[in-house]
Amino acid sequence: MKRFLASTVAASALALALMLGMASARAEDAVDPNAKQGGAITITYKDDVATLDPAIGYDWQNWSMIKSLFDGLMDYEPGTTNLKPDLAESYEISPDGKTFTFKLRHGVKFHNGREMTADDVKYSLDRVTNPKTQSPGAGFFGSIKGYDEVAAGKAESLSGVTVVDPYTVKFDLTRPDATFLHVMAINFSHVVPKEEVEKYGADFGKHPVGTGAFKLAEWTLGQRIVFERNPDYWHKGLPHLDKITFEIGQEPIVALLRLQKGEIDIPGDGIPPAKFQEVMADPEQKARVVVGGQLHTGYVTMNTTMAPFDNVKVRQAVNMAINKDRIVQLINNRAVPANQPLPPSMPGYDKAFKGYAYDVAKAKALLAEAGHPDGFETQLFTMNTDPNPRIAQAIQQDLAAVGIKASIQSLAQANVIAAGGDKAGAPMIWSGGMAWIADFPDPSNFYGPILGCAGAVPGGWNWSWYCNKDLDAKAAEADSVVDPAKGAERDKMWSAIYDKIMEDAPWAPVFNEQRFTMKSPRMGGADNLYVDPVHIPINYDNVYVNDVQ
Amino acid sequence: MIAYLGRRLIQSALILLGVSLITFALLYLLPADPVRQIAGRSATPQTVENIRQQLGLDQPFVVQYWHYLVSLLSGDLGRSYIQRSEVTELIVSRLPATLLLMVGAILCELVIGLSMGLIAAVRRGTTTDQTLMVASFVGVSAPQFVVGLLLLYVFAVRLSWFPIGGYGTWRHLVLPSLTMGILGAGWYARMMRSSMIDVLRQDYVRTARAKGLARGAIIFRHALPNAILPVIAMIGIDIGIFMGGIVVVESVFGWPGIGQLAWQAIQRVDIPIIMGVTLVSAFAIVLGNLLADIVAPFIDPRIKLR
Repeated sequence: MKRFLASTVAASALALALMLGMASARAEDAVDPNAKQGGAITITYKDDVATLDPAIGYDWQNWSMIKSLFDGLMDYEPGTTNLKPDLAESYEISPDGKTFTFKLRHGVKFHNGREMTADDVKYSLDRVTNPKTQSPGAGFFGSIKGYDEVAAGKAESLSGVTVVDPYTVKFDLTRPDATFLHVMAINFSHVVPKEEVEKYGADFGKHPVGTGAFKLAEWTLGQRIVFERNPDYWHKGLPHLDKITFEIGQEPIVALLRLQKGEIDIPGDGIPPAKFQEVMADPEQKARVVVGGQLHTGYVTMNTTMAPFDNVKVRQAVNMAINKDRIVQLINNRAVPANQPLPPSMPGYDKAFKGYAYDVAKAKALLAEAGHPDGFETQLFTMNTDPNPRIAQAIQQDLAAVGIKASIQSLAQANVIAAGGDKAGAPMIWSGGMAWIADFPDPSNFYGPILGCAGAVPGGWNWSWYCNKDLDAKAAEADSVVDPAKGAERDKMWSAIYDKIMEDAPWAPVFNEQRFTMKSPRMGGADNLYVDPVHIPINYDNVYVNDVQ
Repeated sequence: MIAYLGRRLIQSALILLGVSLITFALLYLLPADPVRQIAGRSATPQTVENIRQQLGLDQPFVVQYWHYLVSLLSGDLGRSYIQRSEVTELIVSRLPATLLLMVGAILCELVIGLSMGLIAAVRRGTTTDQTLMVASFVGVSAPQFVVGLLLLYVFAVRLSWFPIGGYGTWRHLVLPSLTMGILGAGWYARMMRSSMIDVLRQDYVRTARAKGLARGAIIFRHALPNAILPVIAMIGIDIGIFMGGIVVVESVFGWPGIGQLAWQAIQRVDIPIIMGVTLVSAFAIVLGNLLADIVAPFIDPRIKLR
């Protein structure tokens, strides 16, 4: 997961007369009526689990585990990208979009038995933004008043977070921030009990205590982690499972063999690429693979400050020259071709947008118009792990067909990132292995750091060095539409921004990776729980097994 | 003897110091910036610098190395950048698994290697001898990940005699021990064979034969004890070969030892863990060699300590 740079400039002085009422306090979410209670499942992973501290964990493996141990004020409806109040019972947004007030649920208990209150919410946010915590997620909270002082070490507490009463907490922001509800749903804002954090200090990540559906029962370093059902979980009827065992140190290929023998339920690292075709060719195994989208786009960046890519026609020609279908085949159809920066499962994705169709003749014509009838020579940077060099070669061949002779620079990840962050570093980069995966399902998450002016700085992630001040202003305008009721309108604003970006073509979007989760025959629950956009590999709280009495 | 010991101890300490310096320098020169790793990919420059300062990574190389050494002397190997746990804790929790594998591997290689060497020496020049020596050569040269995967496929997947990787019972231990043992067995078979041949040529063996002792009695009671001692003395040196193999074998079998820890740390550029595991392995190798050298003269009086 990559992080959203929290500095989308909010210069908007829009006199927004938002009449925002109380968000409807929704009834407890429906629990699957077919779900069976009880049972245990086993999930395997190759690598050690880094930490279960919500302020620190930032890889896809611990991300979902942390979600089951801790809760935030907000969450998503299982299997979807729809926000819902979680530890909050309801929330209220001020008309200017700068004040968020959350009413907390009563009677929510931490795993140590103490009731969670507004003080804990404030403490958790003070902790995650404190530089001493070294949280990779601190920047998400940049819109809260007092953030800069805390980040600079000048204050211990965020002045913008106020405990109104034990069940009410108020946030004052420095700008209207439409992504704020998402920020309250990411792991970094999950609520931790002060006494446990102080007890374990830097080792809290090994002794996590939250309010979540499961609690940690055992952690044998390098071998296994065991979660047990939290009998006092505030969400009645959840979780369904009594126990989840994560076995660590299992190669994906071994995990697949064990799944086939019925020893495990979910291979956490997925189907190993070498076995993918074999699995998908067997109808019995294929039936147990759930396919879903991912908030990911793989793209080729073109450095818009470097000739000849400073000419929009050249960039459009590259977009038309790449045969995306062939590249998707090259990776065994584990992706779908992309025509815009946003992935299809992201709100704001423009279904009607056609993008640049694969058209060699038109690409050649555009190059001729741009003054390069015989093409030109350039460099294509790629990360050196499979399948990226193979994909780069396919792109190289496609470009050669229109006369562009691209030499491939296949380097270690750190070197490619360094080249991209250097204005004179890389003319073209294939993003594979380093591509953007959204932190939360909001269209703004694909703009700021990778396509906005804020990212076009040395060491930044905007490798096409595309900076359109007009679009930056439009982005800020879209992000100031805070009213959830106007979500569709805001998504349209974002669609328009990305359509305009594609006109300027700083990227050639290539594909969106798909997720393939394989499960044992005994696993039950809707398919979307197994490709949940925010829970990778699966939504632990909502799945169940069919073979319990 | 005491002077010799003192000299060897100082030498060992210097070797470890050298290893720590070279490893630290190599990791320092890596293009990856550990602070950026901790801070996340798009942290503000302020956050990045703040963390750099807290970890002391803004200091010059010499100062960083000095701080590392000082903590090292108090047994502190630092905190993992990715896992955020004490490196000492991570290593200590995984050490029993590696030691268990080591015992298993040594048993395998001794049993297989010594028997092969013994039979080959007794049957010197025959087809049995040649077959065994070719087999030992294959054992020495076959890559361990190939041997491991092959054993896993045949004995765990096809025949289901053993579990497919993992840790916990003696059945889990067999295949990884065998994988490690096959390599060592090759070496031991060759050493045992030549040592045994040497002994069988000795006058006392001829005398025993002339006395009319049974062949079995000559080999097992008179020749074997003498032939086996110099070979046993090699176990200490064997630790070096062992440490080189655990990274691969532990990864193939999902064995939760320090080899697997090292492999993960290398992939994630988790510098404190890489440093820690390297030092612990180097320590084991140095200790093994030292013990081998000290024990050797007691086992084989022809060797003298100087």
